[in-house]
Order: sequence, then C-alpha cells, then structure tokens
Amino acid sequence: MLKPNEKLDIRHILDDLEHYTPKRKGWVWRDVGPQQIGPFVYQQASPSLKNYIPLMGAHSVGNIDPQPDSVITTEIASGRFEDDIRRMRMAAYHGADHVMVIRTAGQSHFDGLLEGSPQGIGGIPVTRKQLRAQRKALDLIEEEVGRPINYHSYVSGVAGPEIAVLFTEEGVNGAHQDPQYNVLYRNINMVRSFVDAAESKKVMAYGEIAQIDGAHNANATARDAWKVMPELLVQHAINSVFSEKCGIKAEDICLSTVPPAAPPTPDLKLNLPYAVALREFFSNYKMRAQMNTKYMESSTREATVTHVLNLLISRLTSADIQSTITPDEGRNVPWHIYNIEALDTTKQAMMGMDDLLSMVNLKDTGYLHDKKREIQERAVLMMEEIIELGGYFKAVEAGMFVDSGEYPERNDDGIKRDIKGGVGKGTVVLRDKDYMAPVTAHFGYNNVKQYNASYDNDPSQLIDGCTFEKHDMIQYIDELDETDNVYLRLDETEKYRKGDILKPEVEWLGDGTVVVDLFFPISKRIAEAAAIKTGQAMNLSDVEVIHSEPLHPSEGTRIQIKGKFNVDIKIDELTLPEEMKVHSEDEVFAYMKKHNVKVIAGTAGNDEHSVGIREVLDIKHGGIEKYGITYTYLGTSVPIEKFVDAAIETNSNVIMMSTIISHDDIHYKNMHKLHNYAVEKGVREQLILIAGGTQVTPEIARDNKMDQGFGRGTKGIHIASFILDKFKEMMDHDN
Amino acid sequence: MKERNDDYSKRRTHLKKMSDEELKTYFFDLANKLVDPLVDLAYRNTSKSIERSVLLRMGFSSIEAKAIVNLLDEHNLLRKGAGHCVYKIAKTFNVSIRDAGLKIEDGTHLNYLVEVFNHA
Repeated sequence: MLKPNEKLDIRHILDDLEHYTPKRKGWVWRDVGPQQIGPFVYQQASPSLKNYIPLMGAHSVGNIDPQPDSVITTEIASGRFEDDIRRMRMAAYHGADHVMVIRTAGQSHFDGLLEGSPQGIGGIPVTRKQLRAQRKALDLIEEEVGRPINYHSYVSGVAGPEIAVLFTEEGVNGAHQDPQYNVLYRNINMVRSFVDAAESKKVMAYGEIAQIDGAHNANATARDAWKVMPELLVQHAINSVFSEKCGIKAEDICLSTVPPAAPPTPDLKLNLPYAVALREFFSNYKMRAQMNTKYMESSTREATVTHVLNLLISRLTSADIQSTITPDEGRNVPWHIYNIEALDTTKQAMMGMDDLLSMVNLKDTGYLHDKKREIQERAVLMMEEIIELGGYFKAVEAGMFVDSGEYPERNDDGIKRDIKGGVGKGTVVLRDKDYMAPVTAHFGYNNVKQYNASYDNDPSQLIDGCTFEKHDMIQYIDELDETDNVYLRLDETEKYRKGDILKPEVEWLGDGTVVVDLFFPISKRIAEAAAIKTGQAMNLSDVEVIHSEPLHPSEGTRIQIKGKFNVDIKIDELTLPEEMKVHSEDEVFAYMKKHNVKVIAGTAGNDEHSVGIREVLDIKHGGIEKYGITYTYLGTSVPIEKFVDAAIETNSNVIMMSTIISHDDIHYKNMHKLHNYAVEKGVREQLILIAGGTQVTPEIARDNKMDQGFGRGTKGIHIASFILDKFKEMMDHDN
Repeated sequence: MKERNDDYSKRRTHLKKMSDEELKTYFFDLANKLVDPLVDLAYRNTSKSIERSVLLRMGFSSIEAKAIVNLLDEHNLLRKGAGHCVYKIAKTFNVSIRDAGLKIEDGTHLNYLVEVFNHA
C-alpha cells in the first residue's frame, strides 16, 4: 500500500515482475451521479478521491475536489517508463483515471514485439516488462487514490494482433485501434492493415479493452482542419462498423474527436455544429473528446484557452472520455508540470461548467441545425462515392482521403496509397480449408471441427487452455540488451533517489532542466540572442529559446529559455524555515466564536511601515479579523509601553507588534522591551506576545522573549492558528 | 482525386427530403455496405502477425513465435495456421505443445509438416 508521504520505490515495482498478474481486465467508467460536496451539489459528477490535490481555489472552500463525470485522460511518455511512473502518480492525484502511454518513434514499423526496457524517443518502447511494471504501479496508485485507473496504449503498426494479445494478457484497459491510421499515416499496406485489425479487435473485445479510433489524425494532417469534417464522419463510421463486426461491443467503441478549428478562427461556429453532427449520427458509441493540437505553437497560455473552448464544446454536447493535451506539446515532449496543468484545466473547466445544459439549450433551428445537417449530408455523399468507386481500397487509391477540399470539393492533394504498396505488402496469406488456430479470441475462418466439433466455440480447449485462461503459460522475457535497460538508468541517477541530493527536473530524475522567463525591451531577434546569453551567464548549459512572443515590434519581447542547471543541492545543507502549524478555517472560526480573543496591534518605536501588519489584521486581506478576532490598531511608531498599557485597558489577550527596521538590532531591543514592560506590569503571564516583520523569524522572536514571531509570507490564518494553540495552552495551564 | 469545385448543392438533391433520422439510417446502411467486403477479406486471410499472436497465446515467447512463424512462412505453411502446425506435431509425436513448437523452431519437424499438409 502506498502512503501519500512516501515516495514510490521503482526498484520495488521491478522486483519479481516475472510473477506479477494484473488485478483485473477491462475498461472502467466512472461511477456517475450527482454529488453533494460541502455546500454544493454537482450534477455531472463522480465520487471524490481518497487522496488528491485540489485546485488552489479550493483552499477557500474546504479543500473540496469535485470530480467530473467523464473519464479524464493524460498522455505520458518521456522515453523512460520508470520516470513516467512517478508522473502517473502525480496525475492520479490531480484527477487522471486514464493514463495513455505513447510509443517510441518507429515502433509501428517494427515487425514483432519489443522486449526489455530500452529508452525511447518521443515515447517509450512498449514491451511486456514495461507494461507489467506500469500496470503494477497503477494497481498500487489506484488503491491510493481510491478510483480505478485505465491504462492505455496503441494497437497499430505491423504487429497489431501480437500487441493486442500482449495488452489483454497484461491488463491494459484501453487502446487505439484503427486500420485507417496505418494506411493513411504509417503507409502500411492496406490489405494487411484490415486483415490484422480484425484479429486485433477480436482480441481487444475479449480483453474488454475500450477502443479509441484514429480519425482525429485527419484534422491534424489536413491543411485546413475544419474542411475535413465530412470525412471525419466517414472515417469514424468505417472503423466503428468494422469493429462491431469483429466483435467489439458498441459501448466499448470510442470515437476520437477533436474540435478541428481553434482561435483566431470563430472556434465555436466551426466546431459546435460538427460536434452535434457527430454525436447525433454516432449516438450508439462513446465519445472520446480530445483537445486541439493542430494550431498549437509555443504559447502555453494560448493553448490553454483553446483547450478550455474545447471543454466548453464537451459540456455543450458530451464527452465520455475527456482527453487532455499538455499546453507545452507545441514545443517539446510533455513535461511533468504540464500534464498536471492540463488535468487541472480540465477539472476546473468541467466542474465550473457543471450542469450547463440545464440552463442553456442548443437551438434545433437556424445556423446550428443547418450547418450540422450540411456536414452530415456531405459525409453521406462521400460514402456514396466511395461505394461507386468500388469500395474503400479503390477510394484510397484514388486519393480521396485527407484532401484539403471540403467534400465534395477536391483539390487533388489527398493521401494516395497503392493496394500493392506500403510496408508489409504481399504478406497476407489465404487460409486453406483445414486452417486452424487452437486459441481463444481468434477472428475468422477456423476449422476446429476437423479435430473436435464440440470445441468449435472454444478452440483453446484443444490445447487445454491458452494464456488468456492460464496466465502462467506466458513466457516472460526480462531484458535483451545489457547496454540499454532500466537498471542501468536507475544506477546512473541513484544518488537522486536516496533522498539526500536534489536537482530540478522537468521529465527525468536529475535532468536539471530549468526555465527562465524573461523580457527584453527590444525586437525579437536581438532579444532571443540576449536571452541565450543571459542563460549562459547564469551558468546554465544547453540553453535554448523555447518561446518568444513580441509585445511590440520594437518596445519589447517576451522570451522563455530552458537550460541545464548543473549543481546538486544537498538537502542537509539547506536551511529550512520553521513549519507553521495551520488549523482549518472552520476550526479557527468555531474556537474564536467561543472565546473572546482581543488583540492590540501596531508598529513599534519609530517605525512607519504598516502594510505588513494591516495585511495580517484586515478582513479584506484575509487577516485575523476574518476569523472573529477583534483588534485595536494603535497605528505606527507606537511607544512600546503603550502596547501593554492598551492591552490592560482593553482587557486584550494578545499583542501583535510589527517591527520592520533592523538597523542597530532595534527589532531585538523592541522585543526585549515589550517583554520586560509586561513583566513589570505583572501581566506577562496573561498576554500572548507576537512580533512580526520582514527580518523576523520564529527563532529570533522566541530567543528574544516573544511567544512567537512571524516573517515574510505570513497570512492571517497562521497567526490565528498560533493564537488558538497558545490560548488553549494558557487555559489548560490555568485550569 | 481530380480537382473539382464544391457541387454539394447539386449532389444533395436526393438527400434533401430525408428526415434527420432517415439520413442517419442511410449513412449506416452505406457504412455497412462499405465495410462488409473488408470483414470478409479478414475472415479469409491471415498474416505473420496474426500467426505470431496465436503462438503467443499458446505459450511461446515473442522471440520463439517470430522464429517459428518465419520458418513456417518460408515453407508455405501459414495457410494451415502456425498454431495448427504446432498442434499437429504435438498430437502426432505425443509431445507437449511447447516441445512441439520448439521442435519446429529447431527444424526437426519441418519436413514432416510440409509432407503431411501437402498431401492433406
């Protein structure tokens, strides 16, 4: 069992993987239904998590973390699966329950399965070992957060059926599978793609693996993404109907749909009719709403706004699975922080728009209806022409797909594939009459009868069960490459795992990457060069500009650079500020209501600085007043004696003295003076003396006779919490 | 496809009168028509990857499955099914499925398979 305050031990995950069996198989939807959380009722919601990190704004509303109805996806694949496991755990805390791993470049053209744990590029090599390790980790993480986590990767390329078997054996819950993706974007022979796909789908159906199709790639590829909408409906239909005929249940078929356009186009006017058209036609299937990537550049802010508009469309229509795109995807392979940002953006927007359709309606007349109908009709016309041409293969040969014209317009720039061409051409073999395969979930002609007619519906009976029934039949391969595996990578970064040395990171333990945000009052070209120079002067290595945005052609440019920070931080050499104990707001309220706590406050001696103390006093700034503590503010430059005299006069229990000036140790002297005078007056025991200021630390204050001190960053709740504890202690003492 | 202008308003004449529901039904009728030959193609054919996936399910490692399927393919035996070949050896020589596969991989039983299947 994982504990929130303990790191996940990767070596423990890797231990005895050979004998690990996944806890369950199949996709899990959220337990959807209205939720009463704190004072609010959420309609499009699911139960809260056991352990979580809520939105920052939750601090003011009882740290609640309402969860939407949709399954929420995060895509993780840095090239090192062991580092990705840590990111998965963080993502689960922020609300992800669908973790998708991207495969390394080139895996879809690899004829067979990869084994071991080599490092990847732009993704990870998906292998049995890697899957088993990550599934084992997720089995622990889902217990920690209290919600099942769906694990997902890709069944594509020229080894689809084997990967589907591997996924079923290893408890993978979701997968991309769409033969059209192979054909159009991977140039894999189309006959081979469809023959393999049928087997893959039948296996996935047995594994209850939710299927996501590949249609969204058309709008990422097309020149003007919004013109490809009719074709998207056609592509969804081909894969969905094919999948059902191969045995996948409609409820496990998820259409991957992306709002094709993004600002500055009129986003909703283009995207909403499409979203309605799709959901109306494909009402039997599930919607996997993905976010737009096509128009992303290096601005994470701009990407986030586009993604929030995408979420608005999800809320105005539907999303069974809401995928998230990290806002940094336009500039690099996603970093930890951006997976979390994308998840928080999604959670924030979806719960913020909870139950939207109980307040607004989509019109069924006018522009929205007419445009929706037009997209559907165009799709129907395209389907008619495919059949007229002689079917799917003929249409692909003619270059009908991913043309930049909005069907029926054609610009002669579609993707053309030859039925006799592509990777894996001529590799399909016609089955003979006595063809046979004695295994479960095999698609197509299978002459089991020649051996035993009663096993016709259960071919693996012929061999007394296959790996789908008997997990221990699986042959586990640990490592094949002694020079490229997880153990070597772990050894290299071991010092950062022991807990005494730290380095900043964005994706891999100890990667040292940092980002510096800069502004230069000059044009872009010079600003970029100046930014590189700045990074180098800060002793960063490998400095690169990752974002640059003119604020004005000559007045200034905003730049972000990344670079490597090459210093190890030793934890035992760090000076840690004392941890301030904080009670919940409700607890403080309740206590202060029962006890009459009064405060005398002001700045001491010849000190005119009053901003700090006003912030911890005033209700407007979240000061102690907010918690029902009454105070008398004596103003600035208050003589020390006056604090004590006023406390006696008003029967106050607390003195809060602000002392900013530290010249000649005046702040220490003030503290001593305050204490001594209170002793002199015989009231020290009944008073809580607090000193605050930018140069004050708790230690300094206590060493100088105060009950407590507060420095930079103090909030009203910190002081109120301290007063509560101290007050309690004094009352106990009195009793 | 050859360039052509958007002739949507001309092409759609026969769709105009359909209700939204009828249009949807028609769309899926067309989809079924389009997909059926693809399903039939898959029903009648196999591939190296499919055969390797069968051997994985029969308890062979990816490395063994690849070697066995390559050998069977070289001997034009995939049309019988790789799993079938392994099963045949296991039955004929009364050995376990695993041993049968490994005996094909080391070449022991290839000639037998060629013989028995070519005369079948």
